[in-house]
Amino acid sequence: MIQAIETKDSYVALCESAIDARRTAAEPAWLRSIRRGAAERFRALGFPTTRDDEWRYTNVSRIADTPFEIATHNDSSLAFERIERFALTDVTACRLTFVNGRFDAGLSKLDGLPDGVTVCNLAAAMDTHAPLLESHLAQHADCDGQAFVALNTALFEDGAFVHVPKGVVVETPIHVLFATTPQSPAAMTSPRMLIVTEANSRVTIVESYVGLDTGACFTNAVTEIVAGEDSAIDHYKLERENDEAYHIATFQVDHQRGSDVASHCISLGGILVRNDINAFLDGEGCECLLNGLYLADGTQHIDNHLRVDHAKPHCNSREFFKGILAGKGRGIFSGKIMVRKDAQQTDAKQSNKSLLLSPDALVESKPQLEILADDVKCTHGATIGQVNEEQMFYLRTRGLSEDAARTLLVYAFAREIIAGVRIPALRTLLDELVLAKLPQGGSLDVSE
Amino acid sequence: MLEIRNLHASVDGHEVLKGINLTVNAGEVHSIMGPNGSGKSTLALVIAGRDTFEVTEGEILFEGKDLLALEPNERACEGIFLAFQYPVEIPGVSSSQFLKSAMNAIRKHRGEDELDAYDFLAIVKEKAKLVNIDDRLLSRAVNEGFSGGEKKRNEIFQMAVLEPKLAILDETDSGLDIDALKVVANGVNRLRGPERAIIVITHYQRMLNHIVPDFVHVLSDGKIVKSGGKELALHLEEEGYSWLKEAPAAHTSAAT
Repeated sequence: MIQAIETKDSYVALCESAIDARRTAAEPAWLRSIRRGAAERFRALGFPTTRDDEWRYTNVSRIADTPFEIATHNDSSLAFERIERFALTDVTACRLTFVNGRFDAGLSKLDGLPDGVTVCNLAAAMDTHAPLLESHLAQHADCDGQAFVALNTALFEDGAFVHVPKGVVVETPIHVLFATTPQSPAAMTSPRMLIVTEANSRVTIVESYVGLDTGACFTNAVTEIVAGEDSAIDHYKLERENDEAYHIATFQVDHQRGSDVASHCISLGGILVRNDINAFLDGEGCECLLNGLYLADGTQHIDNHLRVDHAKPHCNSREFFKGILAGKGRGIFSGKIMVRKDAQQTDAKQSNKSLLLSPDALVESKPQLEILADDVKCTHGATIGQVNEEQMFYLRTRGLSEDAARTLLVYAFAREIIAGVRIPALRTLLDELVLAKLPQGGSLDVSE
Repeated sequence: MLEIRNLHASVDGHEVLKGINLTVNAGEVHSIMGPNGSGKSTLALVIAGRDTFEVTEGEILFEGKDLLALEPNERACEGIFLAFQYPVEIPGVSSSQFLKSAMNAIRKHRGEDELDAYDFLAIVKEKAKLVNIDDRLLSRAVNEGFSGGEKKRNEIFQMAVLEPKLAILDETDSGLDIDALKVVANGVNRLRGPERAIIVITHYQRMLNHIVPDFVHVLSDGKIVKSGGKELALHLEEEGYSWLKEAPAAHTSAAT
């Protein structure tokens, strides 16, 4: 117990020194006060333990017990060649790159955007969009009860800001790349994103996290999305951290009336990954799609924790998460659908399917419904299985070896999620990444 | 080509095949008929290599090789093809991806080069015409959402693409209307040739009007109880299988 307090204290000290450092950096008073509040929340909450119901299957003591330092940024910019394979140059026109939590202008490319659209780092937006930031930054992802959100809010140095004005359609995807280079002693970064879309606008955003080398590191990210009335947002989160990384990410989307948000969360890297995905449907007629795909092998632990909160009537939500667990990999899915008293005519569906490829792989699936309205349609389901033997035999009678048949079927399982990705070049990339993680995957030709 | 000797096979300790003997030579078409539960599909699946059945006795030789020692995919590569009675749906696997994987696995086994996309498409389009199948199905997942008839036609299409030495058709006619039956039969007949053998498992004579067999065998209770020419099928169509039960009695009376 004493140790737990001590480890938490090292993070509390980080928060204090970060707040002190920013006082001299002339951060606006409203943000300083939010940070102070967040630091207080973190001090009061501490790191969650497995006694906490929301963290029952994910033990973060390995994070709490490591005295991570704030990552430092090497002054000389990384060579573009080092991030090129992560840059999605054929997918996106506009790229914001952060290295170890700090904006790297040299690795970013901000042209080709329609007039009025803002894509920049948060520090720059403090000057250009102060009122918008004040009304939205840290106003959506809640520090209460979410220790990692509180920690990020106290510590984040910079991040991405996207603003799409009323009626504007951004055709090409915007890519926000958070790259980490492990440091000694081990370091943490606190990436932050704020996306605000005004009425009737449309935008596609790819948020990716990549680890450039091996070595322990800790990413604690928070993304807030405010989806304006009748706006449409297509969001992709692609997690490709290195195999020793701890990756905790909170995604909060607040829906206004008639907004349509589709988010895909793909988790491939990291030793311990937790995604908290929260949607708040606070207007009538919203569409919310939350899809996910996660592949855990070795001793990877990937936890997806969803909460969809229907506060207003006539909204549809869909959650479809698929996990492939090999080696001693662990996959956790916990999905809660809340339908408040006024949210009549809610249509909510949730499904979690897991494929176990080894006897030592483990999966926990916990769907939950909490319904207070009486005129709603809600379904949820979970399946856990192995590769279908009938399908295996069919493929093998056509000449495919046991390995090739299994690879093809596992890929097909993942393909259902990949097929929902609306950016063709991103689909191709995901095909490659998924196959690269499957035994024998390299030999499978999946060209569309 | 195929030699089955005293084959016994069980599932969950229950013996289904009780001593099958059958020789099929290149160029021949054999039909296997028999009542429900007589072991026809089991025989087909055992030849293809389904491991839910345990072979307890006997052997199967294919071109002199011990077939039972081979994996299902090795048997396919050697030239055995089973058109399934109930083809499975495989969501997420496109038909073209599946066929290309299958063709290239077999070509590799034969020491041939893998097909490029152009040659693959040319072969597939030609064979699709043969069985009157829309080549747009190639972009669909294998058998997913196909009607019963489409699934059966897709089996014959795969057979045409893979060009096996020995094709076993397990009740390919069931669930087909008369037009589809003709298309399937025509596809099979186009594949008949001196170097290829076909085993047609069916309940009905109507398939055999179109694919005329050289030999007809009646399977009953895990054994071949009667073999003959194509006229045997006509006889079965008229008489049904009730004579099977009386046969031993008739035999006895004839002996005395």
